[in-house]
Amino acid sequence: MNRIVEARFIGPEIKLFKIEAPKIAEKRKAGQFIIIRVHEGGERIPLTIADSDTSNGTITIIVQGVGKTTKHLNMLNAGDFVQDVVGPLGRPSHIENFGTAVSIGGGVGTAIAYPTAKALKEAGNYVISIIGGRSKEYVILEDEMRKVSDEVYPTTDDGSYGYHGFVTGKLQELIDSGRKIDFILAIGPIPMMAAVANLTKPYGIKTVVSLNPIMVDGTGMCGGCRAVVNDKTVFVCVDGPEFDAHQVNFDILTKRNKMYLVQEKHSLENFMCHYDNLFFSALNEVKEKV
Amino acid sequence: MAELSPKDRLKIPRQHIPEQDPEIRKHNFNEVNLGYTPEMAMLEAQRCIMCKKPLCIAGCPVAVKIPDFIKMIAEGKFREAAAILKEDNALPAVCGRVCPQEEQCEKVCVVGKKGQPVAIGHLERFAADWERQNIGIQIPPMKEKSGKKVAIVGGGPAGLSCAGDLIQMGHDVTVFEALHDIGGVLIYGIPEFRLPKSIVKAEVEGLENSGVKFVKNYIIGLTETIDELLERFDAVFIGVGAGLPYFLGIPGEHLNGVYSANEFLTRVNLMKAYNFPEYDTPMFDVKDKNVVVFGGGNTAMDAVRTALRLGAKRGIIAYRRTEAEMPARIEEIQHAKEEGVEFMLLVAPIELIGDEEGWLKAVKLQKMQLGEPDSSGRRRPVPIDGAIEILPVEVAVVAIGNGSNPIIRQTTPDLKVNKWGNIIVDMDTMKTSKRGVFAGGDIVTGGATVILAMGAGRKAAKAIDQYLRDPDSWDRPKTEQVEVAQESK
Ligand SMILES: Cc1cc2nc3c(=O)[nH]c(=O)nc-3n(C[C@H](O)[C@H](O)[C@H](O)COP(=O)(O)OP(=O)(O)OC[C@H]3O[C@@H](n4cnc5c(N)ncnc54)[C@H](O)[C@@H]3O)c2cc1C
Ligand SMILES: Cc1cc2nc3c(=O)[nH]c(=O)nc-3n(C[C@H](O)[C@H](O)[C@H](O)COP(=O)(O)OP(=O)(O)OC[C@H]3O[C@@H](n4cnc5c(N)ncnc54)[C@H](O)[C@@H]3O)c2cc1C
Ligand code: SF4
Ligand code: SF4
Ligand code: FES
Repeated sequence: MNRIVEARFIGPEIKLFKIEAPKIAEKRKAGQFIIIRVHEGGERIPLTIADSDTSNGTITIIVQGVGKTTKHLNMLNAGDFVQDVVGPLGRPSHIENFGTAVSIGGGVGTAIAYPTAKALKEAGNYVISIIGGRSKEYVILEDEMRKVSDEVYPTTDDGSYGYHGFVTGKLQELIDSGRKIDFILAIGPIPMMAAVANLTKPYGIKTVVSLNPIMVDGTGMCGGCRAVVNDKTVFVCVDGPEFDAHQVNFDILTKRNKMYLVQEKHSLENFMCHYDNLFFSALNEVKEKV
Repeated sequence: MAELSPKDRLKIPRQHIPEQDPEIRKHNFNEVNLGYTPEMAMLEAQRCIMCKKPLCIAGCPVAVKIPDFIKMIAEGKFREAAAILKEDNALPAVCGRVCPQEEQCEKVCVVGKKGQPVAIGHLERFAADWERQNIGIQIPPMKEKSGKKVAIVGGGPAGLSCAGDLIQMGHDVTVFEALHDIGGVLIYGIPEFRLPKSIVKAEVEGLENSGVKFVKNYIIGLTETIDELLERFDAVFIGVGAGLPYFLGIPGEHLNGVYSANEFLTRVNLMKAYNFPEYDTPMFDVKDKNVVVFGGGNTAMDAVRTALRLGAKRGIIAYRRTEAEMPARIEEIQHAKEEGVEFMLLVAPIELIGDEEGWLKAVKLQKMQLGEPDSSGRRRPVPIDGAIEILPVEVAVVAIGNGSNPIIRQTTPDLKVNKWGNIIVDMDTMKTSKRGVFAGGDIVTGGATVILAMGAGRKAAKAIDQYLRDPDSWDRPKTEQVEVAQESK
């Protein structure tokens, strides 16, 4: 059991947690993730380690509530426990001084890009960050990104904040303005990562993405997380999660991530229904008392 | 009991172990075999003619004192029978169930020369179950504390048997396990209907009661490296298993509905996906679907029988040789047939065919025939030109074996491995190329058996004990070391 020491929403359905896990806090490097089980009987889900604090032995994770497990997790608060946490998993990001590095985060992808952006900055890169969201409240970690970047460009699909349009629009603008870009890290929804890869390929800019297939063990034992990179099968949990964007087969990744759509929907509805029942019975109790 | 003559003993027929009716069991996950009653066990035990030179012992990889424990059963001394088993086999309730006895102890039993061999496995299982159910798993006598600390990496049969021996030898033992449950393949691979998880749990509790510490959710190599372990422990045993499933390398392997056996079985066994949505892990809904499993080993049988229990319409084994070459235990093949598993022999998958959305729809099979024997002496399957069959299926499970997991070797560069990534050891002592580090089980041999993994764990325990008491022995010539190791037995 691991204790949650801090929990707060930083965007709609996006919650930041600091969880006690001293060994992982000590060991983890940028780009690595954990697998968490919220409760006994719970699913094992992967979440990136956004940050860590070795002095009090905590790791930071930032979670977007999209389905049963993440929504359940997002109901927990400081003082609560999660069943277990294992890590740090995956290979650390490859960090070097490339020159000018652009880190692109879409939605909760910004949380995944943040630790690597920070490491790129520490390695001496000139870091430009583009952080996108559907609208203003979905743009997360702007202050944190500003601390580790030389330039930060928020973008919103609806134009409610920053650049009006997708992150790729802003990136194209930077390229068109003749900025020399040596390295790009792009993390977010699959269509966004695919779009960035398409955009940068003709320019030959080295581009890395972090893949998010469905995982079970996270140790290379099941092969469920397999993806196709450079026409070869890779196990993302041990060979990745970061890969050369120009070699990733995004089509296969997209299809594989839909494997359990029906079950996931069912599971979430069940859970929310159960939760609503709890809520209403609590409400009724209160009403009766009144 | 009057002393029976060998002739009388040979007249007793082999006692068939009661089992669930196939029509019923194929719809549930309860154990197939129900186990002997005490009367049946005692009768079966009388079939053993107590050979002066028991061949059966030589057939057992850990040399269980077979006639001795069988004699105790024959006399109704079940507690003593269990105690004798425990001297050589840390997990008799498990081995009695999953050992390929027909290839090992029972293969060489003299009674089997003319009729059916003594049911050594069923008797072993009976004695172990009797102990657990009637008097609880007994803690073996412990040697005085040595003050030495050993780290065991991996909680599978190799690690557990090594831990069990070392704790008895007086050392302080901690097992580090990557997953959230202890048992390795016993817990995530072999299904409930063949090996109830409660048995593995009870064995692990027995070890805990003897003082073995277990740390779960802890991946050696990532959470802590082997080198770091060596700073806090006097010796390390690596028993991380094979892991890393092989795929076929044919088109369409990324379609939805294609699983490795490890994933398929892990979702069901470890994550209890058959209880979805009470348990959160989802599983492809195989109800009324056609499921094909590629392979002919225990893993393949486990996967296909699991699929039937999940409600599959057809459960098909597709194997590229014939039944005679199948590596699975005979009992599992038999049980699978009784449950309605279909066997397609001499076929090899060459393509998995999907729809637009990426879902598996069919598999293209190449028919084979047996050709010339290969280097292993087995006749090699060769394709029959143009003989192709399309089999409509929605789920395909690949059960063609496992490679070695890369985490340990990537994070321990001075640990020597062969070209398949298996750790190289001295087979007498299980010593690796790295001082103070020993290894055994599937990570050394590649996918093998529970009892071989346990045997390796025990061998290593002996050598570790020797090393802890006399660290300088590491560098002594091998012959001397083996001698000392044997003396300390
Ligand atoms: C290496 C890696 C790092 C990640 N880091 C983060 C992060 O920092 N923050 C964050 O919010 N999300 C992260 N994710 C995604 C997160 O794991 C999924 O959102 C989560 O598993 C969804 O589970 P659910 O039950 O809430 O939703 P579900 O309703 O079960 O699923 C919603 C979608 O999430 C994906 N998913 C489902 N189950 C799994 C699973 N077991 N493993 C992986 N993906 C799954 C599928 O695409 C699915 O369609 C990461 C994923 C990976 C692979
Ligand atoms: C489905 C299936 C059915 C089988 N049926 C039979 C049968 O009927 N009879 C038989 O004799 N054999 C059978 N086998 C084979 C047998 O199970 C294996 O040979 C045996 O389990 C090997 O034991 P092991 O201890 O070496 O490894 P494993 O059982 O694989 O255990 C290794 C453990 O180490 C853990 N681990 C891995 N890496 C790390 C790390 N870095 N840090 C910490 N922990 C780690 C793993 O999570 C695992 O728990 C079967 C195998 C399978 C897959
Ligand atoms: S451990 Fe296995 S091989 Fe040895 S006697 Fe028991 S069943 Fe036979
Ligand atoms: S070989 Fe068979 S009959 Fe002889 S001791 Fe062993 S089990 Fe008994
Ligand atoms: S999640 Fe199982 S191999 Fe990657």
